[in-house]
Amino acid sequence: MSTVSLAQFHQVFFEESLEGLDAMEAALLALDQGDGDAELIHRIFRAAHSIKGGAATFGFPEMAAFTHEAESLLDELRDGRRAIDGPIIELLLRTVDCLRGMFDRAQAGQPLADSESENLRQQLAAAVGRTIVATAGQTITGPLATNGWIIQFRPHLGMLAGGNDPLRLLRELAELGTLSVEAQLDRVPTLAVLDPAECHLGWRIELAGTVTRDAITSVFEWVEGECDLSIEPVSVVASPIEQGSAVGTLDKGIDAAPAPIMQNIAPKNAAAGSNDAGSVRVGIDKIDSLIDLVGELVITQAMLDQFREDFDPTRLALLQQGLAQLARHTRTLQESVMGIRMLPIGSVFNRFPRLVRDLSQKLGKQVKLEMVGENTELDKTVLEKIGDPLVHLVRNAIDHGLETPEKRRAAGKQESGTLRLEAFHRGGSIVVEIVDDGAGLNREAIVAKAVQKGLIPTGENLSNDAVNELIFQPGFSTAATTTDLSGRGVGMDVVRRNVVDLGGNVAITSHPGRGTTFTITLPLTLAIIDGLSAAVGNECYIVPLVSIVESVQLRADAVRSVIGGGELFRFRDAYLPIVRLHEQFGCVGARQHIEDGLVIVVEADTGRVGLFIDELIGQQQAVVKSLEANYRRVEGISGATVLADGSVALIIDVAGLVRMQSRRRAA
Amino acid sequence: MAKILAVDDSASMRGMVAFTLRGAGHEVSEAENGQLALDTARGARFDLVLADVNMPVMDGLSMVRELRVLPEYKGVPILMLTTESNTEKKMEGKAAGATGWLVKPFDPEQLLATVRRVLG
Repeated sequence: MSTVSLAQFHQVFFEESLEGLDAMEAALLALDQGDGDAELIHRIFRAAHSIKGGAATFGFPEMAAFTHEAESLLDELRDGRRAIDGPIIELLLRTVDCLRGMFDRAQAGQPLADSESENLRQQLAAAVGRTIVATAGQTITGPLATNGWIIQFRPHLGMLAGGNDPLRLLRELAELGTLSVEAQLDRVPTLAVLDPAECHLGWRIELAGTVTRDAITSVFEWVEGECDLSIEPVSVVASPIEQGSAVGTLDKGIDAAPAPIMQNIAPKNAAAGSNDAGSVRVGIDKIDSLIDLVGELVITQAMLDQFREDFDPTRLALLQQGLAQLARHTRTLQESVMGIRMLPIGSVFNRFPRLVRDLSQKLGKQVKLEMVGENTELDKTVLEKIGDPLVHLVRNAIDHGLETPEKRRAAGKQESGTLRLEAFHRGGSIVVEIVDDGAGLNREAIVAKAVQKGLIPTGENLSNDAVNELIFQPGFSTAATTTDLSGRGVGMDVVRRNVVDLGGNVAITSHPGRGTTFTITLPLTLAIIDGLSAAVGNECYIVPLVSIVESVQLRADAVRSVIGGGELFRFRDAYLPIVRLHEQFGCVGARQHIEDGLVIVVEADTGRVGLFIDELIGQQQAVVKSLEANYRRVEGISGATVLADGSVALIIDVAGLVRMQSRRRAA
Repeated sequence: MAKILAVDDSASMRGMVAFTLRGAGHEVSEAENGQLALDTARGARFDLVLADVNMPVMDGLSMVRELRVLPEYKGVPILMLTTESNTEKKMEGKAAGATGWLVKPFDPEQLLATVRRVLG
């Protein structure tokens, strides 16, 4: 084998380095919080050190050079030559950011260094009292060739224990030129006292040929200090410089020998990062359990296979047992396969300590961040898309929710506000809460703003929930001045839409003076939903279980017709519109009388409606197929699934139906 | 063909070393820190150990010191994979009992050349 392609290690290098940067950032933030654990600085140093080594090895010299400066600074911190203070932490945090940018560019195959990284590199160098001269060339000691050398080499007794074999050294010398070796046996003791683990021999070596002194010293590089060594040119007169060379010393010039960086082996465009179809790291235990399950399935299959040969009605019970087993294994297998896509939400939470630190410093607020349930797992797709909405809510909470220390003190609260991020399971969903102990939503300000924006008429008496709902309206913002923090042209309406697109919803509760809680509910996965199948005429529809509040059978007199069309029925304390699915989707053969069918009360974030259907068939899991990809988008339908008998059932988009209903009422 | 133990906390670096050496026909075991390397080395007899210096749990220098205490590892070549090109740091490795070093960055060719050199 000759060339090993280093590009194949790029992806691993990127992944471990990004993890290292996360660890660096977390440790820096801990130091910033006043944590004095010495291990923190070691951890930061190791991460930087590994990135430097990997960058140089895998063909990213600019990154190696950049990290080298950071490492020098970290080295001083580690040795205690320099104290850790705010500005240094700030500088190192910016270094982390800059390196992340470099990794992004490396994965995209772009040049790594930019003006920002160069600038930061200078600052890092300045911090350790150095200035970087444009590409400092390494000095190489000039080659000095003669016609030959006489080498006196006498290992110390313990040299063998260190793993260096004199024979190896002699062989290496032989590769440089013609060798004649004379062993010196004068110090060999008598057999009785000879320790075979010690080296008692010495050698006088004549090396003929055009060989540089450096070439010879590099052979003996590893045994410096473990032997007596002298290297003299054969023709002493020809090289007066060498006259002073002393026994037992090695030329220090060897250290400056440049180690080539191997761009030739790692072509930049071969970066594995370009085909970023995304990968998932899966724990071995998850894979093992999959393999176990497949084994079980094979056994069940073999068992069922017996019935193919000769089916005897007396063995019906056994067949049923086998089928039940198959169903159980299939379900477990499905869960396990889904589990592979599940990642802990901690990977999203991780960005918040930094965000909270930067924001609170900028705004002059004191914020204590608490995170709970980082190990709660979410589908990878959901996880990737929930980051931005969460960031927005956290920014909002610090910007608008939490008060300044002065205001908090005046309100009799602790100066430092608390922001809690918590993730947990509830039923078949994942709940993420963003809880602050700030001032709560300002009802008057929200109402005033809504009136000003024409969202509600003046003087309308709204419930607290209705007022809270207003902040999710498009274009709504109560901040008197748009800060550069929250006001990024993205409103709460976008946050809600993003979450709803993931099949979840956002709710809000707020108590004046005590704080605000945003509750995001998310489905465990997007690929499979739990639903109730409902018959409507000849068709079957799937209603997502998460949206269902209750199903009721109504008496005809419980339904009120509304002028202008439409029907309402009383459910608890409210009147809900009835959506007759057969009318909505044009199904034939459906039941017409309300008393003959069922009404399923469903809930979306914007309200509730009752869906009129013929009857419920049962609960089932539906593998979601895109209707858009196979047909076209249909309002009120979120997708399709294939039923056990091979027919297609449409999946109801509850939020869409509720929206359509409120539009109809408004018209 | 030799039995080689590759020790590095960086999976990419360890992977590169192991891949290169396996490609050359060697039998390679991997460990991600000094402690795990010691555990692995105790039960087996390796012809060569390649170890990173900076690692969590147990660093490379401590690992070499511990290895050299074991009778079966007296005289076995142990090379430090180090990014330190300054002599002092290299000498720290020597003082701990290392045979020599390979300065990062190295490419697969350099690695193989060095391994050939040590194994003879």
